[in-house]
Amino acid sequence: MHDILAFFSFSDPTVRIVSLGTVFLAMSASVVGTFAFLRKRALVGDAIAHAILPGIAIAFMLSGTKNPLVLMLGALVSGWLATWAMEYITEKTKLSSDTAVALVLSVFFGIGIMLLTHIQHSGSGNQSGLDQYLFGKAAGMTSQDLWTYSAVAVLLLLVVLGLYKELKVYTFNPDFAAASGLPVKSIRRVLNLVTVLAIAIGIQSVGVVLMAALLITPAAAARAWTSSLKVMLFLAALVGGISGLSGSLISYLSPAMPTGPWIVMTLSIITLLSLFFAPKRGALSRLLKQRRHSQKIVNENLLKVFYKLSIEKEGEQLELSQSELQAERAINKADFSAAIKRLKRKNWLLAEGEKLKLSSIGVVEAKRVVRLHRLWEMYLSQRLNLKEDHIHPNAESMEHIISPELEALLVKELDFPTQDPHNSPIPYTN
Amino acid sequence: MTCALLGSFLLLRKMAMLGDAISHAVLPGIVLAFMISGSRDNIIILIGASLAGLLVTLLIELLHKKVHLQEDASIGISFTWLFAIGVILISAYTEQVDLDQDCVLYGEIAYIPFDLLYFSKGELYFPRATLISGSLFLVSLLFLVFAYKGLKITSFNSDYAKSLGISTLAWHLVFMSMVSITTVLSFEIVGAILIVALLVVPPATAYLLTKRLKQMLLLAVLFAFLSALGGYYLAVMLNASIAGAMVTVAGIFFLLALIFTRLQRRLLKVDAFLDK
Repeated sequence: MHDILAFFSFSDPTVRIVSLGTVFLAMSASVVGTFAFLRKRALVGDAIAHAILPGIAIAFMLSGTKNPLVLMLGALVSGWLATWAMEYITEKTKLSSDTAVALVLSVFFGIGIMLLTHIQHSGSGNQSGLDQYLFGKAAGMTSQDLWTYSAVAVLLLLVVLGLYKELKVYTFNPDFAAASGLPVKSIRRVLNLVTVLAIAIGIQSVGVVLMAALLITPAAAARAWTSSLKVMLFLAALVGGISGLSGSLISYLSPAMPTGPWIVMTLSIITLLSLFFAPKRGALSRLLKQRRHSQKIVNENLLKVFYKLSIEKEGEQLELSQSELQAERAINKADFSAAIKRLKRKNWLLAEGEKLKLSSIGVVEAKRVVRLHRLWEMYLSQRLNLKEDHIHPNAESMEHIISPELEALLVKELDFPTQDPHNSPIPYTN
Repeated sequence: MTCALLGSFLLLRKMAMLGDAISHAVLPGIVLAFMISGSRDNIIILIGASLAGLLVTLLIELLHKKVHLQEDASIGISFTWLFAIGVILISAYTEQVDLDQDCVLYGEIAYIPFDLLYFSKGELYFPRATLISGSLFLVSLLFLVFAYKGLKITSFNSDYAKSLGISTLAWHLVFMSMVSITTVLSFEIVGAILIVALLVVPPATAYLLTKRLKQMLLLAVLFAFLSALGGYYLAVMLNASIAGAMVTVAGIFFLLALIFTRLQRRLLKVDAFLDK
């Protein structure tokens, strides 16, 4: 507890630098990654992250220094080259885009590894820091690094804000962007450049392999909560920032723990939770919705059975036992008894000893379902000219879906019909 | 060469990145197996790694099919997550006190495979590495000979295969487990990320040059063989990692093939122009 407080007081300059640095890195990667995610280019980021390695190695070999600016220049050049190569291979050859990505990734990385080992074995003294690019080393950040990162982060944000409209149009519909006269090529170049830039600084904190996570995962989490690009960018940056902070917190509390992987760990947990439990778009809420819908279908089908049988008995209050009811409609036993319970709870069905009967609101409900079924049959035969023996199955599914508004429109469109195509009456409630 | 054979099909199934994902994701499996058993016994580690490989495939499917996340993002999220778990496990297990030494640790992990290959060309590990890759090659060759027809049909036209009553899912699973096993076994020889190169680059080169599946397989094996040979000499020359050099050579082959096909197309165009 004391340690946590010590961390959040930010009194230790190392803590301040490392946590601010990781937060900046994670946030800029998240913002750029959102665009990559929406363009379905998630793995391109992974490839660029790997492809940066030979650039760093060559920059080191040429300059002999480990100055981050020089190395970053090398990283930018090779990242840029890799992006271009991927686009070229996808466009000009018959290879598919994912092959192009995997190919560029592995070849560039192979060259990088070869150069790196060459440098290491040639032993030019100060080469040891280079492999931090492989796995990242957030804890070793200096204040000079921090200034570089924050400058880059601000630059990225400015680019995204300044070109927001262009980027948005290009991301969602490049053809439309081209047709409306936007400089598509330049937009793509800018987007590629900021992506490469974000990755080049990002691999310092989490390393080559986990960089892809920093790009995609926040975007995926944000996507589960919203459909608006603005909100999504903001949420992605927030998720990225929180993960960056918690990654540095964990490695502060327990020094054996590496920062980068814990950032990714927090990110992944937030994202998986979002994907499953987010309202509306989450997997769980979708499952619930599906279940509710299928329950509704069973309910309404049972009500229909009551209605049909009571018509045959000429309006007399109908009482059925559960087994009689079940004989009319093929529903498996578990679903059936669950549905009966639900209908009783809604007071649509009343129990009379062993028998069941419709309540007055149950009658209204049953009439509504039958009415929708018959109205839709009318519509299919009258307006779409379908044969009478073809319309029933479709109406069976539509009767559960048609909303009251649609019903009113149907009634008006068909001019208040009283009979369906099979000459059965259409039951109105009043 | 084994990788080239399987890679050809992977390529045709548009699942090139899946190889990448599996090769990263086996890390936690390997670490866990190592932690539980405390031994470097091949079989236990292989089991752990295969389970992790299977897990990542399932996770990707789950995210893609049930959560409706786009496929590339599902792959990206799944394997980075598992890889992060793997790295965390390593650092928790070795209980480093000083954070700064962590990167050395990862460096070592990353280089174990390469070092091993180094020694292997001396005498120490040579028999074992060759044994593994040799038998792996034989197994997948046999697998391909027997499964050639099924794989061919399901790769090119899975709907047609389904209509013939062939279980595409079963083929998919068999194939994926083959890929996992190959990845895991080669992991020891060439290192995690470069497996992808061997899976993808030679088949892609072959794919550029031919349209026939059999020729493609043969060419892919040939390119893989040449890259391995060329890579070895390059590595000795530069005193660098063999796996890295192999991939570099494979990349050069791809570049040559690319230039060749582009030139060919241009020549065809010129011919057509002259004919007019």
